[in-house]
Amino acid sequence: MIWDSWSDLIAMGGYAKYVWGSFAVVAATLAGEQAALALRRRTALKAARAAGVRS
Amino acid sequence: MLSIRTSYTAGDEQARAGNWLRYAAPQAFFPLAGRLIPWLLAAALLLSAIGLYIGLFAAPTDFQQGDAYRIIFVHVPAAWLSMLIYLAMAFWAAVGLVLNTRLSSMMASALAPTGALFTFLALWTGALWGKPTWGAWWVWDARLTSELILLFLYIGFMALQAAISDPRRADRAGAVLALVGVVNVPVIYFSVQWWNTLHQGSSVSLRSAPTMATLMLQGMLIMTLALWTYAIAATLQRLRAIVLESERHTEWVQRYITEEK
Repeated sequence: MIWDSWSDLIAMGGYAKYVWGSFAVVAATLAGEQAALALRRRTALKAARAAGVRS
Repeated sequence: MLSIRTSYTAGDEQARAGNWLRYAAPQAFFPLAGRLIPWLLAAALLLSAIGLYIGLFAAPTDFQQGDAYRIIFVHVPAAWLSMLIYLAMAFWAAVGLVLNTRLSSMMASALAPTGALFTFLALWTGALWGKPTWGAWWVWDARLTSELILLFLYIGFMALQAAISDPRRADRAGAVLALVGVVNVPVIYFSVQWWNTLHQGSSVSLRSAPTMATLMLQGMLIMTLALWTYAIAATLQRLRAIVLESERHTEWVQRYITEEK
């Protein structure tokens, strides 16, 4: 641990908005992709069930 | 003797090749991918926990760039993966084009959105790094411009495939676009050597020792592995959805969805 306190970590030596802005957007983008993939799977399963009923 | 031998090896080879080649069938690959995904996601979480700890808590502050340099722990892995995923996408698109294997083309389609996301992240984190170190969010230098072209190639690939309703024709057209675009990848990679760019040269290369602190390098490599395993997991998740969509009328999908309930 190189920081003296938690507020030092958050301050990032004055670059907080750049550093946290990078890490937060990466995390949000990947979480968003996971949500989209879960939705796509559910939609595909629903379509497959509908195809089964018709045939 | 000769004829017996020939027939023997032919059958033998088929049996041996069959073990691996059967995964070229969507039906066989689907459950295999399903078993791999949870392990890949768990590995990605574990690796990013270690990588983030090193990057945010253990690695020292840079003497030139202060703590702004910490963006490197997501920027470089995202940029490497944006190029690597493109190469993988073009490879599978080419295999699909030449061998006419549907799963290969589906793999290319499954890679594209994740590749586009990593390209976006490389550009976004790059802008947030450029502002404090160069004083500009964006400059039209060769590295940044060629990475932006990469984003357009991914978007073009997805748009082209979405615009063509016949899946086989969509796969073929996408493959041609993906293969033409491959030329952009070495341009991105070597741009900092070929041209005088504002973007710094690489601190890590295959030919020489890296010019950065050990902890910085370790954090960056572990974050690369983390995002890499994540990218494989996300690609397989999307591939499974694509397989379900295109094979929904088949008997095995119908059997699968009744077991899923």
